[in-house]
Amino acid sequence: MTRVIHKFTRRVPEWQPRVTPVNLSEATPEQLDALKVTPSNTKISAYVLTLAHDVESLSVRSPLFNAIMYDKGGMSREERELGALGASMVNRCIYCAAVHADRHAKLAKDETVTDELFTNGEKANLSPRNRAIFDFARKSAETPPSAGPEEIKALRDAGLDEAEIFDLILSSALFGWANRLMHVLGDPVRRDPVPQKASA
Amino acid sequence: MSLSLTTALVASELDTSSELAQAISPRNNIFDLTQDAEEAVLCPKDFGAFPHALRAALAARIARLAGDASLAAHYDMTAGDYADLAQPDASGEAHGLKTVLAFVDLVANTPRDISADHVSALQSARVSDADIVRLCELVAFMAYQLRVISGLRLMQGELA
Repeated sequence: MTRVIHKFTRRVPEWQPRVTPVNLSEATPEQLDALKVTPSNTKISAYVLTLAHDVESLSVRSPLFNAIMYDKGGMSREERELGALGASMVNRCIYCAAVHADRHAKLAKDETVTDELFTNGEKANLSPRNRAIFDFARKSAETPPSAGPEEIKALRDAGLDEAEIFDLILSSALFGWANRLMHVLGDPVRRDPVPQKASA
Repeated sequence: MSLSLTTALVASELDTSSELAQAISPRNNIFDLTQDAEEAVLCPKDFGAFPHALRAALAARIARLAGDASLAAHYDMTAGDYADLAQPDASGEAHGLKTVLAFVDLVANTPRDISADHVSALQSARVSDADIVRLCELVAFMAYQLRVISGLRLMQGELA
């Protein structure tokens, strides 16, 4: 039995596709290449197998994702995760929010920021720097994006330099993309161990 | 180090000789990868049920709905026979794309409201699973590109 998760959590759920993922045994050479399938690596997630339906997008998105979230310099990885989380909360992508809240907590060695965000949402009690970062990410994720000069000023006032602000723009924008795949194409679920009962 | 003249850079009207351009130039690889992604979602070799001109029209429509006239104009140029769909009031009925357009608008504007029923509606309208993924990638990429551009404009001190 699986049940769909509707509340924000740091405990990463499973992701269950709403469409049928690519079947590895029927994958084209292009799909196998994009999936980096090798004899020693045949465990591919349902999410990646789903995205393999559009192999050209999948192939370009992975390096872009890694560059935005992990390239050296600029904003810290921990703060990029906060940008990702802000967007994911606006778009109610429970799965992305869980993954990136968990990464934030681990990188920051601190669960209080994400606890506070999941409990109090946009009214969360945050440090001035985290507040400026979260607000920018949240407002940028709205459609149309509603972040304005005030949010940029708040980031500068909180001590972010131009390279850091641009990294925040990138990480929150990237989740405008990721959320529209993860949240639209599947459900975040938990698999409950169901006690076996004799049926009536 | 200088920045490549990509859609995001041109649409944001960033002066490539500015201090801001200098400050973000270590991220030029990201501008290049963003352009590769635009190519992959707008002009893929395997375009499925969505020819390149239709994709351009949908991209222009999404940009227009998000209030970005200049990015919309960029995509209008290649929308061809589907140019009418780039206007937000077009329902898509004339092209047999009513269900597709309703889905595009919802994913673009209020992704939080998407449920399994919206995906089933596309399946019932005989949109294949592969095409559903292709459509999501296009709309999702646009959400990203729009926000990179709007962020760059903000950093230059313009109003959003």
